[in-house]
Amino acid sequence: MIITITNIKRVGSDELTSVTIENGVIKGWNLPEDGEVIDGHGGTVAPALIELHAHLREPGQTQKEDLASGLAAAAAGGYGTVVCMPNTSPVIDDPAIVRSLLEKAGTLGQARLKPAAALTRGQQGEALAELTYLKNAGAVMFTDDGRTNENARVLRLGLETAASLGMVVSVHAEDASLRADGVMNEGAVSEALGVPGNPAAAEAARVARDIEIVAGLAAQGRPVRLHVQHLSTARALDLVRDAKKRGLGVTCEVCPHHLTLTDEALRAFDAVYKVAPPLRTQADADHLLEGLRDGSVDCLATDHAPHTRAEKERDLLDAPSGIAYIELAFPLMYTRFGESLGLEKIVELLTAAPARVMGWPEPTLDTGAPADLVVFDLDTQREVKPTEFKSKAKFTPWAGETLKGWPVLTVVDGKVAYRRE
Amino acid sequence: MTAAATSARPRHLLDFQDWSPERLTAILDNADTMLQVLDRPVKKVPALQGLTICTAFFENSTRTRTSFELAARRMSADVMTFAAGASSVSKGESLRDTIEVLTQYKVDAYIVRHHASGAAHLVHQYSGKPVINAGDGRRAHPTQALLDAYTVRQEYGSLEGKTVAILGDVRHSRVARSNAELLPKLGAKVILCGPATLLPADLGALPGVTLTTDPVQAVRGAHAVMALRLQQERMTGGYLGSLQEYADTYQVNEALMGHAESGAIVLHPGPMNRDVEISAEAADGPRSRILKQVENGQAIRMSVLYHLLVGRD
Repeated sequence: MIITITNIKRVGSDELTSVTIENGVIKGWNLPEDGEVIDGHGGTVAPALIELHAHLREPGQTQKEDLASGLAAAAAGGYGTVVCMPNTSPVIDDPAIVRSLLEKAGTLGQARLKPAAALTRGQQGEALAELTYLKNAGAVMFTDDGRTNENARVLRLGLETAASLGMVVSVHAEDASLRADGVMNEGAVSEALGVPGNPAAAEAARVARDIEIVAGLAAQGRPVRLHVQHLSTARALDLVRDAKKRGLGVTCEVCPHHLTLTDEALRAFDAVYKVAPPLRTQADADHLLEGLRDGSVDCLATDHAPHTRAEKERDLLDAPSGIAYIELAFPLMYTRFGESLGLEKIVELLTAAPARVMGWPEPTLDTGAPADLVVFDLDTQREVKPTEFKSKAKFTPWAGETLKGWPVLTVVDGKVAYRRE
Repeated sequence: MTAAATSARPRHLLDFQDWSPERLTAILDNADTMLQVLDRPVKKVPALQGLTICTAFFENSTRTRTSFELAARRMSADVMTFAAGASSVSKGESLRDTIEVLTQYKVDAYIVRHHASGAAHLVHQYSGKPVINAGDGRRAHPTQALLDAYTVRQEYGSLEGKTVAILGDVRHSRVARSNAELLPKLGAKVILCGPATLLPADLGALPGVTLTTDPVQAVRGAHAVMALRLQQERMTGGYLGSLQEYADTYQVNEALMGHAESGAIVLHPGPMNRDVEISAEAADGPRSRILKQVENGQAIRMSVLYHLLVGRD
């Protein structure tokens, strides 16, 4: 199969060019048109984005999302690769589930699925899952995300085992006992609203504990790789920054919603703003943004967490946590931070940076590279219309806002996975 | 009854954020008239005739619901009682679906109690009808605060320059939050007091509100002292060493009241744990206005219903 995409600009260049793709790899640039010709309309081309943290809800919760809707949503957001979380029903802690998900995803022709598997059986935190079998089945990461790893010893054993397999363990770093019944950031807003608060210290305390586990193993000559998910607080980021200075194998991600929203949004009591970890303060958001600039934040991830509308229309105590916006991540980042961070930095945080966290080859647009790419229309302002989402979760905090930087074409493995009509 | 029918008035009583001191004062003024109605042989006025008011209680309550229902009936409204425990909510129906169904019965206004903060806001959002918050989570219980304010005003003629000390489980109290919002708007100072574990520091940022863990300091110079109900589950939550320790330190009793203003009154939103947060002596003594609060509560709720529903758009 041969495709030529014409009338496009490579990130960092203003020159119009074309790219020809053959059999899943980039054949070359500015070659004579060949095969199916797609007009890029002057768009900007980048490697397809990589998502390290998405909830696709299959198996078991397909009323919220499934592989077909989730991977289509990812492709519409410019993503070529998606790591899905294992807190499904049943939990992805069985090699057979990993294999069946990969098999099904392979037939869909959307974004490429890379399943994460549970670190512990049933994500119960008490006994390690069969990590070797899970890796052999195709799992790319181990995590008990959705739950917090309360048993430090088991986490330590998991980190050691995963490292021996060349794998990363990612963690939802939050001390559950400090969080208690908190459903939003603990502070002036939560107290004024009378909503139970989740203190920043719940995150920082857990990050500190986990870093010391990594440090202890490193001191014994047993380096491991810990990835801290969805950092939300300034203090926790400072701890990660310090761990990096110590040369420890610690990476972290930040979600666009923690950069663009604060706990003030909860004043409307709308559970669409309920996320875990919760939206924090503007000072936290500013600190996280600074972390993106100075490199102490490794990459961006969305924590795409779809729920049904009925679930999100419950009250703040009963509604589940999570926002699903994998289709908006790039336009949101580009519209809000395109000038301050720059296009190239945002692209890097969504492509090469997550690849580095995982130990994967950094994606490029060079001749001979895998043909995973996205074309963005950086100029056209468009309103966010949740009804147009590919995701089953057709609601979002940014509904009605005008964003630019929308993906118009996503190619995965040399095939068109999304094309804006 | 003098409430002016203007479109600028708030259509809901969810909390006090959008309420001006003038509107709040009008509600207290009207309560004087409502008390006179309650003293008549026929305790009924036709103000809400033809309107249907739904008491939607998603959390147990007998006193507040009874008070609201009587208030509505005494204004000649039809009252529909919805108790979530015996309803489709217990079968998993969402709050939105429940309210949308109830609204089809041509309900004109809702009185809502719910375990989650903000639920009354959601009922307004889903119904489009006037909503009176009868207590949501830790957020607000505005008619309780209004009746507290009214009771203090009844005693002193005005709230201007008065100090109200509120002692107990401030952290989990919607009564404390509503009073902390309301009383400063009417010119009073509020002192919130309790064990450090039950006293969120951020509440001290509210205008006219100060915090202390020292009960003597809290009541010194206070014109009214309110004890909040201490719930037994606070023990298992680790908030307190023991009930006895709490009572020995924070109980509103004659000894503590000795530090207050000489004529200071004692308030309690009820139900009481006698000899825990309040001594029986203080609850029943000459300073107590606890039963007066109950009587005033009905007048205040009649006044609120009148203010929100009579002459509405």
